[in-house]
Amino acid sequence: MEQLIQQIASGLANGAIYASLALALVMIFVSTDHINFAQGEMAMFSAYLCWQVMQWGLNFWIALPLVALGSFLAGVAIQRMILQPLHNAPVLSVVVVFIGLLTIFHSLAGGIWSFTIKEFPSPFPKVAFAGSGYLGSHQVGMILVTLLLLFGLYAFFRFTPLGLAMRAAAQNPGSARLVGVRVDWMLALGWGLAAVVGAVAGTMVAPVVYLEPNMMASILLYGFAGALVGGISSPGGAVAGGFIVGVLENLIAYFGNLLEKTSGIYVIGNGEKLSVALVIVIIVLTLKPDGLFGQVSIKRV
Amino acid sequence: MATTTNPTSQAPVAAPGGVAWRPWWIWIGLAGLALLPFVGGKTGLISNFAFLQLSLMIVYAIAVLGLNLLTGFNGQISLGHGAFFAVGAYTAAILIDQANWPFWATLPMAALACFVAGYLFGLPALRLEGHYLALATFALAVAVPQILKYRHFEPFTKGVQGINIFKADPPFALPLSSDQWMFLVVLAVAIVMFWAARNLLDSRIGRALRAIRDQPLAADTMGVNSSHYKAVTFGISALYTGVAGALHAIIFEFVSPDSFRFELSIAILVGAVVGGIASLPGAVIGGVFVQAIEKYADALTKKISATVHLPLELQPWTIYGIALIILIYTMPTGVAGGLSTLRRRLKRP
Repeated sequence: MEQLIQQIASGLANGAIYASLALALVMIFVSTDHINFAQGEMAMFSAYLCWQVMQWGLNFWIALPLVALGSFLAGVAIQRMILQPLHNAPVLSVVVVFIGLLTIFHSLAGGIWSFTIKEFPSPFPKVAFAGSGYLGSHQVGMILVTLLLLFGLYAFFRFTPLGLAMRAAAQNPGSARLVGVRVDWMLALGWGLAAVVGAVAGTMVAPVVYLEPNMMASILLYGFAGALVGGISSPGGAVAGGFIVGVLENLIAYFGNLLEKTSGIYVIGNGEKLSVALVIVIIVLTLKPDGLFGQVSIKRV
Repeated sequence: MATTTNPTSQAPVAAPGGVAWRPWWIWIGLAGLALLPFVGGKTGLISNFAFLQLSLMIVYAIAVLGLNLLTGFNGQISLGHGAFFAVGAYTAAILIDQANWPFWATLPMAALACFVAGYLFGLPALRLEGHYLALATFALAVAVPQILKYRHFEPFTKGVQGINIFKADPPFALPLSSDQWMFLVVLAVAIVMFWAARNLLDSRIGRALRAIRDQPLAADTMGVNSSHYKAVTFGISALYTGVAGALHAIIFEFVSPDSFRFELSIAILVGAVVGGIASLPGAVIGGVFVQAIEKYADALTKKISATVHLPLELQPWTIYGIALIILIYTMPTGVAGGLSTLRRRLKRP
């Protein structure tokens, strides 16, 4: 039982990372209807930038805003320069461009910082607190940062004029343009914000999985799974989905271990994490493509 | 965001009404290629290594052709064709290694296994379009190495170590090295498969596939059973890529889970896009491109880094990515599409 709680708790911590990546994916999906396959590599690149700034002697909490700003500008630039001209292009072209971005970020990171694994120090102080048996301080920090991010974004979209304009541009670009919202720039802002969210996710996960160009592959897959479970059109749903998927991942491994111990039959374990994500993605896409909290999309014929 | 995209723009088409083939010079070219081992082998002009490279180009051309059939002619995006490549390669390697089958007999089995795998994956994929299908196949591509390492498959796949197999010697005491012999085998298989693909596309089925891509609703209304066709196309596409995988295993003499990482799926996609996504000659160009990049991009990037004095070590995949994005802007129908546009412009007075 003790172990089960432990597994659920650390599942929540992993879920926080999946949730923030899912949130970044949803931000781009809602505003542009695109699924950003390069999101994981962008987050990885931001984490490397943060590491580099820290190597220059700055504190993590100073480095993070700098990197977030850089990621924001880069996100805006990518949308304006690369994706904006393709807004009427077929889906295949857009997917191919994302794959191109993915390989560019991946190989650039490898070229600049080499493919060897680097350690990324946890920014959270090691303090003992109630329940420390279940969660380390970094894990608690990850969960708090994710929730903070979610509420920050919620407040931004709910209470600021800019957030309102962005929502309008996403939901009804035609009418938004008529009332004077600069829709193109709103989409670019959405990209910038997604890059910031990804940067935070990258720096939060780097101390756990260590810094290397491949660090985001499996996390991105779980981010996709989380976004789909929660509904890829709903930011709150994506965060919930991320946590659900994180717990589910650990529970499946836990019960797989339990089964092996009691009956000696190996069915599933830590080695099948990606396959589990694949199964989740396919099941959700085929049975309930709008997810648990997403809006049902209706296509006009 | 407008959700009603124009379905006619789903996939760029190289040339209306199929592919313009010039049978006579195609056949002369193929005969020349088939004579290469006999000429080059005797005079020593072409090394065994060069024959291996040529074989790999043809293998990738078959793999890219598989993706072309699915994405170019049927409009279904796949980022996960490396998975079917892996299934074909492992089928061949396991049959040779454990059942002592001759290499040629493994090809039909690999084809069958991949057709079934592709058909089964195509069934849930029926409900997915565009980005969602890309997402599902992306997940497949990322998960492949882990699936291959699954503990219960280990007696067959030998886990992380992979399987070593040995190249067959040429039969009938032909005066050829095994690399030259394999080149001829691969060439023959490729000719059969391209010929079959052309006939398939020129038939009723081919028209149905393109109708589903361009106007899914109209195709349904005209009585085309689109879900049946889409699932079967997925199967056929996987079959092509799987046969390529089997050939790759045979000429490379080795398979392991890490040869089938996500990068392989991307390479097949890049080949398809570079060559031209709905074009048979495009598949050949794509196959040559994939192998050439794999072979020479490293040297090329080093040279570029040295001449421009870049402060960082430029990786070949960076060039891959940049080439991909530039190509989407300048030549959305790939090199094959670009060439046919050029020819049409030149012909016009």
